[in-house]
Amino acid sequence: MKETEVKKHRYGMVIDLDKCTGCGTCMVACASENNVTVRADESDKQRSIAWIQLYKINNGEKFPKTQTCFFPRPCMHCEEDGNGGHHPPCVSVCPATATTLDENTGIVSQIYTRCIGCRYCQAACPYHARYFNWWDGYSYFKPFPDGMERSLSPDVSPRMRGVVEKCTFCHHRLMRAKEIAHAQGRTEIEEGEYIPACAEACPAQAITFGDLNNPKHKVSELIKSPNAFRLLERLNTKPKVYYLSSKEWVRRLADNYLPGEPVRGIND
Amino acid sequence: MENQDHFPDKFTEKSASVKHFFYMLISYLRNLISNPMRSGLAYFVVGLIAALLVGWVLFPMALYSRNHQPVDFSHAIHTDPDIIDGIEGDTEAERCSYCHTFRDDGSFTGIPNLSKCMECHDDPESPLGETAEERDFLEEYVANLKEVPWYRYYEQPDCVYFSHIPHVKNGEIDCSACHGGHGSTDSLPVYEKNRISGYSINIWGKNISGRKTNTWDRMKMDDCAGCHTINSHEENNGCFVCHK
Repeated sequence: MKETEVKKHRYGMVIDLDKCTGCGTCMVACASENNVTVRADESDKQRSIAWIQLYKINNGEKFPKTQTCFFPRPCMHCEEDGNGGHHPPCVSVCPATATTLDENTGIVSQIYTRCIGCRYCQAACPYHARYFNWWDGYSYFKPFPDGMERSLSPDVSPRMRGVVEKCTFCHHRLMRAKEIAHAQGRTEIEEGEYIPACAEACPAQAITFGDLNNPKHKVSELIKSPNAFRLLERLNTKPKVYYLSSKEWVRRLADNYLPGEPVRGIND
Repeated sequence: MENQDHFPDKFTEKSASVKHFFYMLISYLRNLISNPMRSGLAYFVVGLIAALLVGWVLFPMALYSRNHQPVDFSHAIHTDPDIIDGIEGDTEAERCSYCHTFRDDGSFTGIPNLSKCMECHDDPESPLGETAEERDFLEEYVANLKEVPWYRYYEQPDCVYFSHIPHVKNGEIDCSACHGGHGSTDSLPVYEKNRISGYSINIWGKNISGRKTNTWDRMKMDDCAGCHTINSHEENNGCFVCHK
């Protein structure tokens, strides 16, 4: 029936942990790009919001064998099981259909105006990638100083109290890239035209972003590395965020291995 | 007929009670209509009509504030190639895009700003036409270099993403397919804003019963999705296509 077959994308991210310096630029870039709210007292980290969170892990050894690694964690944008049925954990539990897996881009969406704030998705997400708005952020009620609304990104709608939010792979940047492509008479966007704010800001260039379905994109090449792994691989959530690390203990911490069990890479 | 032989009692009993019910109903209605004042029917009808008037006429009138645009702009004059020298283009879309243009990054300018008007209306002292509206416009806005505070009929809620360029350039949809005859009207329609939600009546729907005859009667989520589905673009009905 359709005149043209729609090309399916699977946008994904590769984070090279050997390059990550833990500077936190990705977190700042993400927060300012996506109108992520801050509070007067940010010391209670259980209530603060970060779409990309930076963890610090170590190998548990004593000096001088101690090693540290920084671990940026955006939303993993879990994939459907190829056999059908197995949705991303947050999508399958959402009672309001406020979060879905976009079948054309592979991005897990979150519609704030549809969210009823039950936080079931937060409980279901094995990556702690979802955050609840306990207070009004940059929304209609404006609990922030006058004039601050002018610093907001107009492409991202601010969230109101009582809804869950999470990383969207800067989905609005995809829409902007598509607009430019349409203006230039193209229907498809090129590699590099759409990258999230964290990947663009990273000074160490540790974050690579692209279409995992396109073999020409750099991400498709990087995930073939023997150092590539995903978080909690054996849960079968099929995240589209891949990590690279040359250190075996980092790869071991990414999943619940038994003592002495050999670490399996995704390509093994 | 055989069944009747098997259960004769039950059938006659049932049909008798149904008959009795209808007889009661008809006599009741006859009493009601024959003396409407005494039966109270008249009061009921008057009350019903009054309630419907309030619900269907008075409340919608009170719900929407009516504002006239600051300048009564005539699209008909400004899109007529015989009157305006600058307007070129054979198709309607070309004439519309003389003022309502796309920027290089594909974003849509919407209502043009004063500098676009002043490409022709550059001198506040010498009007190009003879209408009073133009004289007011020149005195108030052009002379003071003040932007016209237009009301935007199709302003969507903050969570909605809409882009003109995929529809107009890639989808090749005429302006009039969604905006109707707006480009050939002599004066701008009244801007009606919902006092509770703050949205324009053009978004919420002009008919209170929810019936829609033209594309431009209502611009809600189901209308976007409906048009995508009819034109076999179901792939664009994902949440993150129109939401942001």
